[in-house]
Amino acid sequence: MFLQLNNITKVYPGVVALNNVTLHVNKGEVHALVGENGAGKSTLIKTCTGAVIPDSGSIVIDGKEFKSMTPKLAEQHGIAVIYQEFNLVGELSVAENIFLGRAIRKGILVDKKAMVNESRKIFRQLGVDIDPNKLVSSLTVGYQQLVEIAKAISQNAKILIMDEPSAPLTKAEAEHMYQLVYRLKEQGVTIIYISHRMEEIFKLSDRVTVMRDGNIVKTMNTSDTNVDELVKLMVGRELKETYPAREACVSDETILEVRNLSGNGLKDISFKVRKGEVLGFGGLIGSGRTELAELLFGVKPKTGGQIIFKGREIAPRTPQEAIDLGIALVPEDRKRQGALLEIDIKGNISMPILRRISRLFIVNRKREVKIANEYKESIRIKTPSLTQKVKNLSGGNQQKVIIAKWLASNADLIILDEPTRGIDVGAKYEIYTLINSLVKNGKTVLMISSEMPELIGMSDRIIVLSEGRITGSLNKGEFDQEVIMSMASISKGKE
Amino acid sequence: MNYRELLRKYGIFVVLMILIIFFSVASENFLNANNLLIIARQVSMLGIAAVGMCFVLLLGGIDLSIGSQITLVNIVAAWLMVNGKVSPLLASLAAIALSTSIGFINGFIIAKIKMPPIIVTLSTMTMVEGIAYIICGGQPIFGFPKSFSVIGQGYIGIIPIPVIVMVIIMSLGAVILNLTYFGRYFYAVGGNEEAANLSGINVVHVKYLVYTLSGLFAGIAGIVLLSRTNSGQVLSGKGFEFDALTACVLGGVSVNGGYGKISNVVAGILILGVLSNGMVLLNASQYTQMVIKGAVLLFAVGFDTIQRLRQSKA
Repeated sequence: MFLQLNNITKVYPGVVALNNVTLHVNKGEVHALVGENGAGKSTLIKTCTGAVIPDSGSIVIDGKEFKSMTPKLAEQHGIAVIYQEFNLVGELSVAENIFLGRAIRKGILVDKKAMVNESRKIFRQLGVDIDPNKLVSSLTVGYQQLVEIAKAISQNAKILIMDEPSAPLTKAEAEHMYQLVYRLKEQGVTIIYISHRMEEIFKLSDRVTVMRDGNIVKTMNTSDTNVDELVKLMVGRELKETYPAREACVSDETILEVRNLSGNGLKDISFKVRKGEVLGFGGLIGSGRTELAELLFGVKPKTGGQIIFKGREIAPRTPQEAIDLGIALVPEDRKRQGALLEIDIKGNISMPILRRISRLFIVNRKREVKIANEYKESIRIKTPSLTQKVKNLSGGNQQKVIIAKWLASNADLIILDEPTRGIDVGAKYEIYTLINSLVKNGKTVLMISSEMPELIGMSDRIIVLSEGRITGSLNKGEFDQEVIMSMASISKGKE
Repeated sequence: MNYRELLRKYGIFVVLMILIIFFSVASENFLNANNLLIIARQVSMLGIAAVGMCFVLLLGGIDLSIGSQITLVNIVAAWLMVNGKVSPLLASLAAIALSTSIGFINGFIIAKIKMPPIIVTLSTMTMVEGIAYIICGGQPIFGFPKSFSVIGQGYIGIIPIPVIVMVIIMSLGAVILNLTYFGRYFYAVGGNEEAANLSGINVVHVKYLVYTLSGLFAGIAGIVLLSRTNSGQVLSGKGFEFDALTACVLGGVSVNGGYGKISNVVAGILILGVLSNGMVLLNASQYTQMVIKGAVLLFAVGFDTIQRLRQSKA
């Protein structure tokens, strides 16, 4: 046993985060760790790195026993983690980030050239094309992730813990990463791989451990199990089909028409959406899907073309104007853009309508609670109290709070940007059900998604973007993963 | 709620109580109604100005120009009354309007040009102080109509009028933060500007409002101060911004924005008042007072930080 976590227990006020957890990881294996959000995976990982001090239990690395870790000790023993949130400094270059805290030096000066060269070598090994001189803040999320992995590799990590590494990646980037995982395994690196994506667990891992509610449910050889069993163990119940069925809700009425829209990196975008439709947007990261959402929601100005919404030409200059028109956006980055983490649930839900429910500037708090309660019930936000801070909720419940606020604001067109990113299987299903009930109630949904099965499973129609242009449009019967992928990779741009 | 949480939430009041008990034991002149009212009157200008500082901090900003604005209000109101023969009421309103406008200008530059608040208000602080010197040539201005002294020196019953003004302004501050929709916006913008914007909050307008209010409250504090000292002086507002900042931080207002309550700021202000009053009674020198004041700030915030760390790690 290379890494042993023995009888780890961690109790927070009111919650047992880890209940006498024992996990043994073999040297050189890829060990998948799965479980719903809140199952205790992240807490367990944090005990390995010293970010969390367990109440009891021990950690054994390569025969050496520790009561608890410190970040320094963990690093010394070759433990590196790639977290869901990156630890990169945006204003430093890629190379400087990779060598952060252990810069290559020439005398007292930093040897930038050597660091750039070393970084290039690492990237060649990973098969990715990133200029080490670029600022990290200028990279997309997908590339930032690769820098993060490169950084861990450059530190000669012996145990690499990857916390949902593929979540923000495009398919091609994820494919790169898988190759990399194989290569690292060949080199004898032990990998603990946390993921919600079933296909990659079966593709990559040797063994898999399922966690639920702070307990280890089972550890088994990946080849001895299957998706159904894993999901059953994770949720503790049988899940129905992955995508809930939806009766046809699409009406004949066109609610939104976009004509020759350009600006914010988009060129000549035209499409129509009918009321009650779920229109999916496929494409790679940086293809212009989020940028389109920003134009429609008034975050960025358009430079040309027309947006016709409910029969009227509109040009929202701020989100506030878009909201007043009946448009809502559930943004891509839940924690940075979507939720007000330090504010309670009811405060988040009521935020867009606060002014509407105020008289003489004073918020009608009874109404606020009533509205928040209504949505808490109707979309089943799991919480003991509406005064719970949103940062204390699981990802799925945070997403529900964000959707609830737009339902409360009575939006007609709801743009969902990666609605289920980082959300566990059970909560995903609930979000899908929620999308169905939205269109059933006469709302219209634009859904941006990088998860192909989700895009195909949920959309009535799919539009594919590449490099700011529409490169394809598919109706329900024509959906095909490979066709969409090839449309997404069409390149018209000059290099 | 266990005792640790209680301590974290109300720790600042515990510190205040300890100080009060200490000075009550150390000096027989400390704990009586008369002295307590003196303390309240001493801190009243600070209390008024601190409401503005609290709002600004909630946004994740800072207003260093508060002290200079108080000075300018003093000089302008004094000059209008003495040299311009303007009535006290009109002079006061004009001076307050001036500081309110300066607050708006701060907000405008910060929100529109997106300059860092610390730089913007550092610049206006310097400019405003300079303007005050230019107006009075560095000389004190005095000889106001008798009626003007009521605001700073008068009483209603046994309660000094400055204390009443402070209570009104602080209550107003609490109402804004707890009950109004725009008060909620302060927390949202300070907590996460991007998410606030995407929730339909006009972040720019919120910033205008907050810096304008900071100017308004500085103006009111300036008039009360002028009426109490009866003389417009270029040094009158010096250092006010830092005392206001100290009081807010003592009261647990996060300098990163998004978190803070007026009720705790009240405790922060009272701590500063009790400290300086108590130390005067004990004949501590002004320099000793500075050392102690700084130490208390370091201790109180250090304590709070440690509690927070424990909470997030434990």
